[in-house]
Amino acid sequence: MLNYIWFGMLVAGFVLAALNGRIEVASKAAVDSAAAAVSLSIGLLGIICLWTGLMAVAEKSGLVRFIARAVKPFMRLLFPQVPGNHPAIGAIVMNLVANFLGLGNAATPLGLKAMSELQKLNSGKNTSTNAMSMFLVLNTSALQLVPATVIAVRAASGSANPAEIIGPVWIASACAMTVGITAAKLFAAFYGRK
Amino acid sequence: MTGNGDFEMEFMRTLSIYAIPAIFLVILLAGISRGVRVYDVFIEGAKEGISTVVRIVPALVGLLVAIGVFRASGALDLLVNLFSPAASILGIPPEVLPLAFLRPVSGSASLALVSDIISASGPDSFAGRVASTMMGSTETILYTLTLYYGSVGVKNIRYTLAAALIADTASVVASVWACTLFFGR
Repeated sequence: MLNYIWFGMLVAGFVLAALNGRIEVASKAAVDSAAAAVSLSIGLLGIICLWTGLMAVAEKSGLVRFIARAVKPFMRLLFPQVPGNHPAIGAIVMNLVANFLGLGNAATPLGLKAMSELQKLNSGKNTSTNAMSMFLVLNTSALQLVPATVIAVRAASGSANPAEIIGPVWIASACAMTVGITAAKLFAAFYGRK
Repeated sequence: MTGNGDFEMEFMRTLSIYAIPAIFLVILLAGISRGVRVYDVFIEGAKEGISTVVRIVPALVGLLVAIGVFRASGALDLLVNLFSPAASILGIPPEVLPLAFLRPVSGSASLALVSDIISASGPDSFAGRVASTMMGSTETILYTLTLYYGSVGVKNIRYTLAAALIADTASVVASVWACTLFFGR
């Protein structure tokens, strides 16, 4: 899909620029943007390193397991079809907590493990279960404690207070999660048992 | 906001300001109390950050060039004008609306678009703040669903995409609302 979007933007851009008599502006923009991409990356480097470093400390300190234990009781409500001691629950919780802390590299293997455990409980192997849908809705709507990349972009472009969006991000994520969980539960009821 | 809205706003701002120092303290204290060699582990982890950033450089170059050309040609303005009636009904700054559509499709493309919006409108403008909040509170849904369902061979995902997109829409609307609450218009 991105292939078409990228193609479309460049072609539409250059054709429209030619029609508007702005072809020079457009080719200058192409060259400037390529340079801007590199300076943006350099601007991101410091904050992203700071954050991955701090999160490595969090991981080593057992913080992921600690938070996972705290939220586990809620999993019964969200995944009533999955037995409480099933390995799927452990993998789901660890994935969500890793996502919450922004541990992208750790989160993906845990998420794939969660899916393969959920697939073992699936009777119709080609069709998703309610538990899978709930897990993925949570995964894609879940709260991120510190949106480090966005903060880095804001800092790189000279924001007076790059981290000030943390509060709004938490509120927006909480809304998304609430709506997502509700939607998944309603759809599950509508689609019947599975 | 009226009445005690000012107090709420002040409280929320304080929350944002103290969040990062508090997170540092909690993590460092947890590490030290568990006998973690915090500085050594930090340095090891920070190295990972370098490869993360280096990995996205090619995508950022490709996408920022496309967005740059698209903007310079006037096409972006056309698109934004096209969107603006719908945007004004929802209260979303029109320049942010393309981000709402791009975000579920691609993480690197939306990162490029966010940085373009931020440098065009300013990081501390309303549009810049809303774009930042949307970027931080939403996910690359299509990629995640494809990867996760693909890994177990599930073809019929039933209502998963619909539910995820409903949540995504909620976070778009909530981003505008939360930014109004925190920063005013």
